[in-house]
Amino acid sequence: MSKEQQDAILVTSHLGIDFGGLTAVDEFNISIAPDEIKGLIGPNGAGKTTIFNLLTKVYQPSRGRILLDGKDTRSMSPVQVNHAGIARTFQNIRLFDKLTVEENVRIGLHAHVKYGMFSGIFRLPAFWKEEKRAHERTLELLDIFGMADMAGVRADSLPYGAQRRLEIVRALATEPKLLLLDEPAAGMNPSETEELMKNIRKIRDEFKIAVMLIEHDMNLVMGICENIVVVNFGKIIAEGTPTEIQNNPQVIEAYLGGRKEEN
Amino acid sequence: MKLKKHTKISFLNYGIVILFFIVVQILASGGMLTNSLRGQLIPILSYVIMALALNLVVGISGELSLGHAGFMSVGAFSGVVVSMSLAGSIPDPTLRLFCAILVGALFAGIAGVLIGIPVLRLNGDYLAIVTLAFGEIIKNVLNCLYVGVDGSGLHMSFKDTASLGLAADGKVLINGPMGATGVTKISTFMGGTILLIIVLVIIQNLVNSRTGLAIMAIRDNRIAAEASGVPVTRHKMIAFVTSAAIAGAAGALYALNYSTIAPKKFDFNTSILILVFVVLGGIGNMTGSIIAAALLTILPELLRKFADYRMLIYAIVLILVMIAGNNPRIRSFLDGIGKKAKKEGAGNE
Repeated sequence: MSKEQQDAILVTSHLGIDFGGLTAVDEFNISIAPDEIKGLIGPNGAGKTTIFNLLTKVYQPSRGRILLDGKDTRSMSPVQVNHAGIARTFQNIRLFDKLTVEENVRIGLHAHVKYGMFSGIFRLPAFWKEEKRAHERTLELLDIFGMADMAGVRADSLPYGAQRRLEIVRALATEPKLLLLDEPAAGMNPSETEELMKNIRKIRDEFKIAVMLIEHDMNLVMGICENIVVVNFGKIIAEGTPTEIQNNPQVIEAYLGGRKEEN
Repeated sequence: MKLKKHTKISFLNYGIVILFFIVVQILASGGMLTNSLRGQLIPILSYVIMALALNLVVGISGELSLGHAGFMSVGAFSGVVVSMSLAGSIPDPTLRLFCAILVGALFAGIAGVLIGIPVLRLNGDYLAIVTLAFGEIIKNVLNCLYVGVDGSGLHMSFKDTASLGLAADGKVLINGPMGATGVTKISTFMGGTILLIIVLVIIQNLVNSRTGLAIMAIRDNRIAAEASGVPVTRHKMIAFVTSAAIAGAAGALYALNYSTIAPKKFDFNTSILILVFVVLGGIGNMTGSIIAAALLTILPELLRKFADYRMLIYAIVLILVMIAGNNPRIRSFLDGIGKKAKKEGAGNE
């Protein structure tokens, strides 16, 4: 293992998954540094979200392994992966619709609020102390995205952009070491996207965590990612800095379509 | 101090129960309570508790249970056995009622654990299917269960009373399909009200805590809950077992209000009846469950003439509620009323 890999927060080697006869992801090898912002791009259907689902163990890999902070996640459940340090958002927003903004974030804090069921039922001192702390922490987290004043609003009545931001706040509440963002800017207008870019950088700098994001908005990807991985048909076709990726002929071919080979 | 919305609702529910208690006491002291209505008081409390318990599963946890009467009967019969076999050693009926309710809750809770362990690991409507079967199975098991007590302790048999082998001073407690006979009625309105208050405290405090939030998160979006670090099976179990135990307590309270109680009382119809309380009161709405259960238990008594048509009326009302609940125009109308009320409320603060 190289020096770079030893320091990495996440290393995958030969990672792959098959659905029936279809190989969705194959030979996926990456390493993410503890404070890196990495982009994962590729055409539609390239397997980007599948990779996120593998990393968070929503899918069990068919091959290869994932080392999270040096620990193999082979036998972990999605919940354990979260406790071990990966949090994520979803491409098709998955909020707790009937709950308020504050409650959504509080669920992210679940593992970090320390009182048991009986303290909750009998309202023991631990309940009041931890509830107060959790409430303050929730408002702090919401404040990063300027959403503290929406704490009491039901999640499904938020505008689309705010729902995306709330998902990020909820993910941050779980105190991850690696944050996976699945199309965070989808449906946002240019000024919201601009704001989001600033916030992603702010999150990385303040929380000292790694961020990996899937995004189709190339301004965002090229603007904030230090490294970019390009996948097509489940395989990595290029990896490098934004400038390298922009000039890579294979990437251009994958996005724009290559010349047809003559038989 | 500004109270949170759910704190207000909790206190409203305690208020409703206490108000009901006071009104009944006033009516009773004024001699305005008919005998038949007096006989309905404890069933009302039992059904309200059952509705609250089922609402914890259906409304908060988002799973469907079609066999809650099964848990009620487990609590009922274990409660009866405890109460009758302790009659000698604990002469105080209040303390004996307390013991019976506790043991009823314990046994029903154990039944809940046994069902929950395999079923709640699965996703989908499996709980409805399994609880439906559980309700029927427990009814049939109790139908051929014989329990007796004598100087040497409890005797149990699945054959008949003769095979219990009771000593001369022995007494048959549960007599197969006849159920428990010769039960000393020790349930009191006061005891039932206290139990209801305790149940409300447990359910409402559970729902409004970290655990309750986790349960509701799983209901709203299981995948997101897992990704947020909420263990799914554990929280589904907490909701289901708590609900089963409370149903057992309600069963003990209910059974100890009658001198005879047969297993067929707790059949599929009873399970559905409780589900009707929950649906009519509003899924996830505890205040609604209390009111629906109380009203629908009293109504047939008040409208004795129409009791034959009760099931028919239920069906019609259910259909109407479903239509109304899913009609966007009616919904937006109701939401509008809610918003207006909220605005006025905010103006008053």
